Amino acid sequence: MSTVKVTPEVRDGWDSSSVASPAARARKRLTSPGASVAAVVIAVLWTLPTFGLLLSSFRPEDDIKGNGWWNWFSDPQLTLESYREVLFGSATGLSTYVVNSVVITVPSVVIPVTLALLAAYAFAWMKFPFRDTLFIAVFALQIVPIQIALIPLLQIFVDTGLNGTFWPLWIAHSVFALPLAVYLLHNFMREVPAELVEAARVDGAGHVKIFRAIMMPLVLPAIAAFSVFQFLWVWNDLLVALTFAGSTSDVAPLTARIAELVGTRGTEWHLLSAGAFVSMIIPVLVFITMQRFFVRGLLAGSVKG
Amino acid sequence: MDTAEKLAQMALAIALFAGAMGLILLLVGRVRRRADLVQAVAFVVPALALLAVGLIYPAVRTGYQSLFDRTTDNFLGLANYQALFEREDLLIVLRNTLFWVLVAPVSATLIGLVYAVLVDRSRFEAFAKSLIFMPLAISLVGASIIWRFVYEYRPDQQNIEQIGLLNQVLVWLGFEPQQFILNAPLNTFLLIVILIWVQAGFAMTVLSAAIKGIPQDIVEAGRLDGLYGVKMFRYVTVPSIRPALIVVLTTISIATLKVFDIVRTMTGGQFETSIVANEFYTQSLVRGNYGLGSALAVVLFVMVIPIVIYNIRQLRKADIR
Repeated sequence: MSTVKVTPEVRDGWDSSSVASPAARARKRLTSPGASVAAVVIAVLWTLPTFGLLLSSFRPEDDIKGNGWWNWFSDPQLTLESYREVLFGSATGLSTYVVNSVVITVPSVVIPVTLALLAAYAFAWMKFPFRDTLFIAVFALQIVPIQIALIPLLQIFVDTGLNGTFWPLWIAHSVFALPLAVYLLHNFMREVPAELVEAARVDGAGHVKIFRAIMMPLVLPAIAAFSVFQFLWVWNDLLVALTFAGSTSDVAPLTARIAELVGTRGTEWHLLSAGAFVSMIIPVLVFITMQRFFVRGLLAGSVKG
Repeated sequence: MDTAEKLAQMALAIALFAGAMGLILLLVGRVRRRADLVQAVAFVVPALALLAVGLIYPAVRTGYQSLFDRTTDNFLGLANYQALFEREDLLIVLRNTLFWVLVAPVSATLIGLVYAVLVDRSRFEAFAKSLIFMPLAISLVGASIIWRFVYEYRPDQQNIEQIGLLNQVLVWLGFEPQQFILNAPLNTFLLIVILIWVQAGFAMTVLSAAIKGIPQDIVEAGRLDGLYGVKMFRYVTVPSIRPALIVVLTTISIATLKVFDIVRTMTGGQFETSIVANEFYTQSLVRGNYGLGSALAVVLFVMVIPIVIYNIRQLRKADIR
């Protein structure tokens, strides 16, 4: 939606903070111990809830339900039983929904990327009537809350007989991702020097050649940034999932199933804790390995929601 | 469907779109007559067509349906919108939405900002940041479960121990445990805490980058004027990153309006906790009241617009300066 201007050094500055100048380090010593205490307090407040549930997911069922997780330190017992039950037990069977989440997410990342790459290139480097108007329209669509499209979209899927398959989820996620994807990729393609494109033209390269040989390699980081974004968005989505797949069907993802468990088995904390972490492990892994791209995406564009 | 079948479908869908893209490139490369226009159309139309059918047409249709009754058979005019401002349960929904928009963005931004300043250039900066940042990677459903466990209540009886951290803290301090989720209007604010917990990481990341972008000579000038600590923060840091602050505030505000997962997972909108985004779902897909549901979706859209306009105006002002 809007762009935070950052200098190139800042873009990469996320984890290069350790190379602060001697002057900066000297300055650090001048800040009060109060500041350090405040930082530690916030960090603990932010971490403790997750830690409590994570520890609980490894405690025996009776322990979780009998007393608080802080008692674990006086009676340390660990088990994987909750994970076994939540993944493969007949009552929850989350392993099926893990597969569903993967099957939903991967095409929902690939489809908008392919469509947006083509459109972004056209908006950036081709001439056609109403180009700028159309681009502004696509850009503006980013602010539209997806709620406003859900019900008529559902009607379309019911009418075309697609309901109950993965297609409604793939298509809906792709549609809702397109405005941001086109906008982000367009911005990156615009940054490619015009001389480079002109030189290729003079050498007789057409749009297709330029797109494949020049743009694609240069915008790979942007594709990665958007893909991480979209992956996390789709994997963690609940609204689109509930609307087009419900919570227990053949095509429902993890989030929908777990949200439903909270409603029906809200006191079965051994299932809820393990289930929650089953749903978190993949996005957290993606996030940790792709953190650089994710941060770059955050800084370059906006957050969809 | 078994796993193999699902994976096959997934591969098929990906192949279909990758193939279509390849085909477009192949065909477009061969066009000779009126090449520019044909090529441009081939590149743009797939995306635009999908947006037209999947977003623009449904949005217009929702606006139209908001003027009809629950089954979209009888025309009602603006009655659905009127109900929003008259029915007591729906007024609570609007009030709660206001609470969310007023509290969540400012709190998350403030905490993110303070934390970014506190850990800036410290030895553990990368690690300290990732602690606050991590909630951004997980689903709001997962975040809700984490906090539901914190708020968990056990009856205050002999032999029954609290398992929720917050109630245990109350007990340790000598108070009675509370049924946090049932107590309106406190429960709404406890749900807002979850969103703050998630969004503070976003605020911190963007603001931290902005802080590192503050030109060194401005900081030095402040030092020469004797600015340290809180004063430095107030008179140098905050004014310098004003555009980033506006972006963060407005982005979180819009995200707050649209957020549905937290209320849905924590209470389902019961106990006077519903907000517009959740009520839209409840009315449309649980109660089957398409007319009212559509009106709620339109209201959501209308509420986003002033925030966006404010954002654009402020940033334009900052650019002129």
